[in-house]
Formats: sequence, C-alpha cells, structure tokens
Amino acid sequence: MSTMNMIEALNSAHQIVMERDDNVVTLGEDVGYFGGVFRVTAGLQKRFGKHRAFDTPIAESGIVGACVGMAAYGLRPVAEIQFADYIYPAIDQIVSEAARLRYRSSGDWPMPITIRSPYGGGIFGGQTHSQSPEALFAHVAGLKTVIPSTPYDAKGLLIAAIEDNDPVVFFEPKRIYNGPFEGFYDRPASPWSKHPASDVPEGYYAIPLGKAAVVRPGEAVTVLAYGTMVHVARATAEHLGVDAEVIDLRTIVPVDIETIEESVKKTGRCLVLHEATRTAGFGAELAALVQERCFYHLEAPVERVTGWDTPYPHSLEWAYFPGPVRLGLAFKKILEA
Amino acid sequence: MAQAAPEFPPPPDQRPDHGRPPEPTRHPAERTELLDFYRQMLLIRRFEERAGQLYGLGLIGGFCHLYIGQEAVAVGLQSALNGSLDSVITGYRDHGHMLAYGISPDVIMAELTGRAAGIAGGKGGSMHMFSVPHRFYGGHGIVGAQVSLGTGLAFAHKYRSDGGLCLSYFGDGAANQGQVYESFNMAELWGLPIIYAIENNQYAMGTSVNRASAEDQLYRRGESFRIPGLQVDGMDVLAVRGAATTALEWVRGGNGPIILELKTYRYRGHSMSDPAKYRSRDEVQAVREKSDPIERAKRDLEGLGLGEAELKAIDREIREAVAHAADFAEQSPEPDPAELYTDVLVGQD
Repeated sequence: MSTMNMIEALNSAHQIVMERDDNVVTLGEDVGYFGGVFRVTAGLQKRFGKHRAFDTPIAESGIVGACVGMAAYGLRPVAEIQFADYIYPAIDQIVSEAARLRYRSSGDWPMPITIRSPYGGGIFGGQTHSQSPEALFAHVAGLKTVIPSTPYDAKGLLIAAIEDNDPVVFFEPKRIYNGPFEGFYDRPASPWSKHPASDVPEGYYAIPLGKAAVVRPGEAVTVLAYGTMVHVARATAEHLGVDAEVIDLRTIVPVDIETIEESVKKTGRCLVLHEATRTAGFGAELAALVQERCFYHLEAPVERVTGWDTPYPHSLEWAYFPGPVRLGLAFKKILEA
Repeated sequence: MAQAAPEFPPPPDQRPDHGRPPEPTRHPAERTELLDFYRQMLLIRRFEERAGQLYGLGLIGGFCHLYIGQEAVAVGLQSALNGSLDSVITGYRDHGHMLAYGISPDVIMAELTGRAAGIAGGKGGSMHMFSVPHRFYGGHGIVGAQVSLGTGLAFAHKYRSDGGLCLSYFGDGAANQGQVYESFNMAELWGLPIIYAIENNQYAMGTSVNRASAEDQLYRRGESFRIPGLQVDGMDVLAVRGAATTALEWVRGGNGPIILELKTYRYRGHSMSDPAKYRSRDEVQAVREKSDPIERAKRDLEGLGLGEAELKAIDREIREAVAHAADFAEQSPEPDPAELYTDVLVGQD
C-alpha cells in the first residue's frame, strides 16, 4: 500500500496496464513530454517510449478518430481530452464511430478505447473549464461512462476501463484530484492523505464497471451521487445528523440498479445529487428508474439536487454548485414529506 | 510485438526533406491483368444497376449511393495493395470497394436489403459494411469521419511495424471537413503509412467542387502539411493503377503520407433520391460517351486482341452472378428481432 492522491493513483493505473500490455498506448494534448496538464501521465513517455505515450496536436476529433482506427487494428488506446469542456469537437467520433462500430459491424470491431477527461467545477474555471457533460454520453448506446470519487476507486476503475473491450468515457472530478471536497468551500482544503481511500495498492487490481458502492449506510433516505458529490453527500449527512445511505454509483452506464433498488426499498426515500445542470441531467434518468422500480415503496417524491440550468458561472460558482446548504434543505423537505 | 521505429514521432529537425514522388506513369496494359480489372469494373457496374432496380422495387430501403462511373478508382487502387497487409477504409459509397476485393456479391446485396445473411448481419446497411478478413474497415456514413479512423489504422501499422499501410478514401465533399486536416497533420507529423485517396467525382451531393472549395485542385490540399499530392485520371483504370504504384512506393519507402486526387464522375444521383437537377443531362452524357472507364478498358482489351465472344462470355457470367446475388438478397430472411440488442456492448448479448 501507499498513500496516493487521485492523480498518482491514475498514473499508477497507466503504469500498470502499459507494463502488462504492449497494445496500450496513451495519447493526448501535452500527454507525452509534459506529462499531462494535471500530471496524470507524468513519466509514462520516459518509461515506455515516445511511441507509447505521446503528444498530439490540439485536435480532439482527430485524436478520438485515430483511436478508433487504432482500436480496430487491435491496439488499446487511452486518450486524454484535456478538459471535458474540450470533448465536444470529438462528439462525432465518440458517438457515430466509437460507440456504434461494434453494432453496425455485427460484432466484428470491438472498441477498446478509454477517453479520460478531467471534469466538473469547483476550481473557478468558468464555463469552459467546469462542465459536467456526463449525461450526453450516458444517452449514447454503446458507451460506458465511469466517474470515480476516490484514489482507490480511480485506479481500480481506470484499469478496468482500459481492459474493457467497449469504449469508456472516464470522467475525473478535477476538484478532488488532490483532496476530497465536501462542499464547505470556506474551509481549508484537506489532502487525500487524511482520507482512508488514499491507501492504494501499488500493484494491479480492477474494480468492475457497473458496480456501485454503499459508502455510508443509513435507514432514512438514499442519496445517489458520483464524483465530487459523494463527498458532499456524506459530509452533509454527517454534519446534519441525517441517517442517509449514500451510494456512490462509480459507473453511470451501466448503472448498478440492483444496489439502488435495494437501498430505496429499504429507506423509502431517494435523493439524487449531481453537479451537472438539472434538465435532462443524469438525475432525471435515476429518478425515472427509481419510480419505475420502487414506486410502491416511496414515501416521498424523488428529490433532485443539481446545478442550475445555466452555464457554469465564474464569480457565482458557489451559488451554482449544489453544496451542503441546498442538500440540507432537500434533506429536510424529503424527510418531512 | 515488434517495437516501433525509435524515431517516432520524428523530431522536427530530423524529419526527412523528402522532396516529391515522381510523376506516375500509366500502368502497362497486359491482357490477363487488364481482363481482371475489366471483369471487376463490370461486376461493380452491373451490381449497382441491379441495386438501383431493387431500390426502385422497394427491396432496398433508406439510403443507397451507387458507384457507377467511378469503378476504375477502387479497382485500380485496390489491385495494387497487398491484401494480407494493407487496410482500406472508405465513406458511404462503399459497394464498389467491397466488390473490388472479391467479396461475394451475395452478402453485399443481402446487406443492402437488410437481411441476416448480409455481411453486417443486416444491421449496417448500404453505408456500413465491413470485412475483417479482407482488412476492409468500412463503410462509414458520416462524411469525412473515416479519414481520422484511417489515420489511426496507419498508426497501428506503424506501431506494429507490420509493413502494411492504410488506403483511406474520401470524396471531394469530405475534403472540406475539419477532421481531415487534423488527420493530415498527425499523419505527416508521425510519418504514418497512409494513402489519402480523394475520389473527386465533382459533386458533393448537389454542390459542385467549384461552389464549395476555395482550392479546387484537391491534390494540393496537403501542401501546408508537407504532404505531396498527385492528380490522377480516375476514369482510366491503368492510370489509377500506375498512380497507385507510385504512391505505394512512396509510402512503403518510409516517406509518410501521400494524397491521390482521382478525378472521376458519378453517372447517377448522389443517392437514389437525388434527381440530379444541379447538372445537365448533356454533361453526364458527354462523360459517358467520352470517358467511360469500362469502355476504355474494353477498347484496350480489343487492342490486345480480345474478341467479342470472350467479352460476351464475361458479360453473361457477371449478369448471372448479379442475378444470383439479387435472388439471394431477396430470399434471405430478415434478422431475428432478438438481434436488436446484440453487439451494443461486449458481454451484454
């Protein structure tokens, strides 16, 4: 075991899969020589060579398109899109090629591609460095979408994503690269080293995609969250003394509906929390699934706590961010209903 | 696995100042080989004519883009490839490229009619067909998107040091897509083994090259990336084959990518639903009469002493193969409804 922050854990995942499999190559803007804008790919080029960890031009569509061709020929590319906000030029390649080739070739072409991208707000990035576009990808049949919330999960999930034979969009909550963030933005930041999930095995392990984790057991209400919001949910519940069961989805597609269903049937109340905008956000899908499966167990309407339906603001970041205050009001509402 | 060449990606000061490839020469006409080209081109034409009829009868639904007029391009280029090494990828006008590989017309036609026996199980359709054994990587319906994929295929050839290259086709319309230039930049930067073959059939759907392209000499489109280009008579299968030889020597010689602009012409509409009002009948008729690639090969063959009886026998043989394909495509069952959910994700079938 060693103590790792999320960046180190993700780096360790790269080192391990690249060591085990020559077919894994890592590419992206600033990925090779510089080691990535957040340093996730630091040292890979030196260790594995310029042909396995390398820089690309600033050309997201070309990067993902090239990955699709590589994957068709048996490579296992891992692309970094420097910020999730930069992924839109590559949507054509992700949606129409990567996600769909297996289907339209009747299974001839597996697509073992991983597209990593730092996402989410909380770092004053303004509207083009803060977005949470996970619902766009969750909507696309043929893709998997993964969002870790701790260093331990980040490593195990990234190894599983790279080894998966389907295309995986892997969003890394950049606000918690260096330490968990509980939404109390006026308090000093805490490093990962004080959190138990920074104990990360140095060697190989994989966390299966599609399995959620119950990170805080409780009886009164189920909170469904992923990424940064897992920490906000847990801290808020503890702060307010709410007996909430917090579920970290870890993978939003495929979603672990069994774990969700079991919990909601137990608590009878469900609250969905995400940082992305509200309308047609992934929370809408979760609310629909919960009412389809648990309607007769529900004692209150499913509550959503989300970002507002606005671009991500720079100066009003904490007004946008669905933090402990909004979550606390939602707890009160759903528990009193 | 073999290690990639140590110079990848070549640093700027070590990139070869490779000059330009020589002007290609027309491939020498040789009877057996030219007869083979003729047979392939004729198969494509008759197949496409039949596909047009089946479309008219409602047996082929959706979109159907015929290759009639452009036969010399796929046949001339693909006949020069090493089938066990090289990969090919193209856009949605893909029937001809598959036939030029010798893939059975039956399974291609059955894909057009959406049957389970089709080469993609009926779930791809006209624009989305693949053959892994032939290293044919599709068949892509998004204009220009396959160019980046071809670039990735070329990367994989280089990474594996397998000696293969990618032949990546696209049209004059796709030549204006941004990702084409992202791909050009990467291919030259990384010294990838790829031939970008621009099939310039003069019209991007209903928009002529001149109305959409600031530089309509498309072979020049790689210049700012240091990628050389050659303009080729795409209506002459031997000229195409000659250019293919030059391009292959260039790429296999380690010089990185090359662009071939094949000047060609499609006789039919962009797709079956296109009445082609954007050009005159006279224009189409003039090309058919003066430049038809099949007629040209036929004249060359006659010059080599081929008799009318032999040509008629070929014609008959091809008509039979196409009729068989059409029957097969009509009689094969449709995919089982359970196939709807197969091949979405691995392990979820």
